[in-house]
Amino acid sequence: MSATLELSLTVNGETRTATVAPLARLLDVLREAFGLTGTKEGCGEGECGACSVILDGELVNACLVPASQAQGAVVTTVEGLAARDGTPSPLQQAFLECGGAQCGICTPGMLVAGQRFLDGGAPATDAAVREAIAGNLCRCTGYAKIVDSIQRAAATPSPPPGERAGVRGPGDR
Amino acid sequence: MRRAEDMPQGWVGSSPVRLDGLDKVLGRARYLDDLTFPGQLWGRTVRSTVAHARIVRLERDPAFDWSGLTFVTAADIPGENVVQLIESDQPCLARDVVRHCHEPLALIAGPDRERLEEALAHVLVEYEPLPAVFDPLASTQIFKHYAYEREAGRIDEAFVRAARVVEGRYRVGHQEQLYIEPNAVCAVPRPDGGLSLHGSMQCPFYVHRALQRLLGLDDDRLAVIQTVTGGGFGGKEDYPSMIAGHAALLARKSGRPVKIVYGRAEDIAATTKRHPAVVDHRTAVAADGTLLGGEIRIVLDGGAYCTLSPVVLSRGAIHAPGAYRWPCCRVDARAVATNTPPNGAFRGFGAPQTLFAIEMHIEKIARELGLDPVEVRRRNALREGDVTATGQRLRESVSALAALDAVAARAGPLERPPRGARKRRGRGFSLVWHGAGFTGSGEVKLKARAGVELTPNGCRVLAASTEIGQGTVTVFSQMVADALGVPLDAVEVAVPDTSRVPDSGPTVASRTCMVVGGTLAGAARALERRLSAFAAESFGGDPSRVACRGGVFREGARVLAPYSVVAGRHLAEHGPLRIVEQYSHPPGIVWDDDEFRGDAYPVYAWAATAVDVEVDLDSYETRILRAVTASDVGKAIHPVLCAGQIEGGTVQALGWALLEELRHRDGRVLNDRLQTYLIPTALDAPPIETILIENGYRHGPYGAKGVGELPMDGPAPAVAAAILDATGALVPELPITPDRLMAALGKDPA
Ligand code: FES
Ligand code: FES
Repeated sequence: MSATLELSLTVNGETRTATVAPLARLLDVLREAFGLTGTKEGCGEGECGACSVILDGELVNACLVPASQAQGAVVTTVEGLAARDGTPSPLQQAFLECGGAQCGICTPGMLVAGQRFLDGGAPATDAAVREAIAGNLCRCTGYAKIVDSIQRAAATPSPPPGERAGVRGPGDR
Repeated sequence: MRRAEDMPQGWVGSSPVRLDGLDKVLGRARYLDDLTFPGQLWGRTVRSTVAHARIVRLERDPAFDWSGLTFVTAADIPGENVVQLIESDQPCLARDVVRHCHEPLALIAGPDRERLEEALAHVLVEYEPLPAVFDPLASTQIFKHYAYEREAGRIDEAFVRAARVVEGRYRVGHQEQLYIEPNAVCAVPRPDGGLSLHGSMQCPFYVHRALQRLLGLDDDRLAVIQTVTGGGFGGKEDYPSMIAGHAALLARKSGRPVKIVYGRAEDIAATTKRHPAVVDHRTAVAADGTLLGGEIRIVLDGGAYCTLSPVVLSRGAIHAPGAYRWPCCRVDARAVATNTPPNGAFRGFGAPQTLFAIEMHIEKIARELGLDPVEVRRRNALREGDVTATGQRLRESVSALAALDAVAARAGPLERPPRGARKRRGRGFSLVWHGAGFTGSGEVKLKARAGVELTPNGCRVLAASTEIGQGTVTVFSQMVADALGVPLDAVEVAVPDTSRVPDSGPTVASRTCMVVGGTLAGAARALERRLSAFAAESFGGDPSRVACRGGVFREGARVLAPYSVVAGRHLAEHGPLRIVEQYSHPPGIVWDDDEFRGDAYPVYAWAATAVDVEVDLDSYETRILRAVTASDVGKAIHPVLCAGQIEGGTVQALGWALLEELRHRDGRVLNDRLQTYLIPTALDAPPIETILIENGYRHGPYGAKGVGELPMDGPAPAVAAAILDATGALVPELPITPDRLMAALGKDPA
């Protein structure tokens, strides 16, 4: 049997550890070791974006990230977007109000990609939003209401830093 | 967003937050692969690598360690080795002969996915090749043939009188549904020898009947339960019966829960696709563009087994004349066998194929006569009172012209680059109709049942119709809340579980809202009458004047009691109350299966589309700049969800127009990955302007006619028409790739 890896990382503001195979995918670590099944698998090849998470500030496809690369990293998944009391984030709220989610399977990845875009602070023009989610496939919505949702959230004042479960507050680490 | 308290009634026509939305945005919704089952094994499928052959050897490699693995072949099937559908020609596991690549031969289950992967490579299969057919036009095996005529005696004369006879051949290829959640099920054996099957699916009772036949199980030992489903588009209409059968066989043999989740490549290669089609038109036209008569021949490639081909074909054949009047015409349609994976249901179900053909043919007619194609459409569009090619008089809710006018008005002028530019712009239109609900006598035969069950605060909806993203749960709740007179959050929707809900039929054919929704609204009204009578009796009042509105029973303006008090007392005195009703077809709708004549659908939805494109004459690539659609859906129960259906369908259709085609070599799927089978991204999808027309249907719930499939019909021909407008090239085949456009422009795609 191959060697194992003692993995420790911060997921949605909490330190998590697991013993995994070094080549295990971050996606499997999240879903199977940590039970965070909000992150989805649509292709396993980096093409659909259903597995999008934010890793050390970058949007990545968790199906392409080996666990070893996530050692010590800070990861935000869809479960980390809402406030600690479960109140949907402004972006999640906008998805609810604008009809940004249909079957919902792409939604976690879209939300994470959308949040990464909003965190970057660039103006939410139609072109910029579409560029930001170009790596995330949706087969249900035709993207129109997803773009609307992200634009609406961009126009909504965001909660103070630290409110969101996935955002590291002062002294979290 | 409005809250229940603020808006006690009038849910229909408003757009409350979808009821499954919060779980979906919080990442809490559990899809099949998110569920864990104690002691669960994984299942995998051994598939054929040849298109047509006799199996001469199928066995496990003795050199491999098979301990702890469960192996299943056709010999392990306790019941009949068929996937129950229209014909019983498709085996659950091939026995002696394989008829297509990727056909299931054997199954393996085990606790470790890596070892399973290895085991797959150690199943030894030898074949004796048989001749294979890949060209549907060369196929001699016909699954189904329909022929129908209108005023056949006048057809010859029409061609004699014609100012012009226009002929054309139009083709479309395989399209993959590409729901983002692949097919996934888990079969759980029960101590009583029965089985529970959880899965991503559109039609729990299809799966239920398929498992009964495969396993020889009776009703009370079987439950099929739909899990949150990540898209379907028809692709989870019939295929789940296959994968459910596989998981069930492995679970029965191993005695453990078995989960099968397809990888993307397996899902693309092995599951059903949109039927490729070849459609020939020969049309007699007057000089002013009036259609005088025509002949239409349709060949659908059914793939290796019959699956749903006969019903896809009948819908395709009925929609083939398009949204137009034909004084006389003849339609000949056949679905044939080839040695490729079976084709099945895909949003639109045969109609997008034949509507592409007629719409391109209208373009061709207009071009040959030197007329404006929109004018040709207008001249021939069906109007109220007209008779269709199957002899159906359209009595109500006909909106072809209204849709066309709305789109033309919204589209406005198109800015074109100067003459001689290397990037050309063009605009194309299309006009389509889509029959609502099952074709012909489908609903009459099905006898769909659905109902409501009294709860202390409202009611629970009981139906097998599935939420697959389109909004079933929300739309049902809105209709039932209004019918019962309670707030939206007083209505729950039961999980579709075949051991608990009545069979409201499959979630297909844009029938869920109109047929099942209407039945549910009727049941909810019956519940309201029952409770009103009870409230009158209990609290004093004239039963005929008592009604529930906003969760309160009143006699006129006088408050009798809140809903919860009346419901609580009724439950205490009379116990559980369930009202289940059967759908009844509207009076006067008559279809003759044998003659293929009559009222093919109770009513039709109508849509017009305008698409603007930019074509690069150096790269031959087409960019879609804008799409405008106008859709008559009767009544938008939830305008935001309704628009969402139209936008999503439109982009799926735009993908089909330009990008999407599954390619095969010797029957083997070549592009089984998202890198090679491309669907539109947010950058490919244009801004979409959606106009909803509400020309109500008397017999639909609140006037609704259905919307799910309609947006799949019009956008592709509108793209082709726009390319024609931009370049002068009529590309008669989808998708319009740069190569095909070059060829149509007479350039050598070297
Ligand atoms: S599952 Fe990771 S990109 Fe598709
Ligand atoms: S909502 Fe279904 S894939 Fe995006």
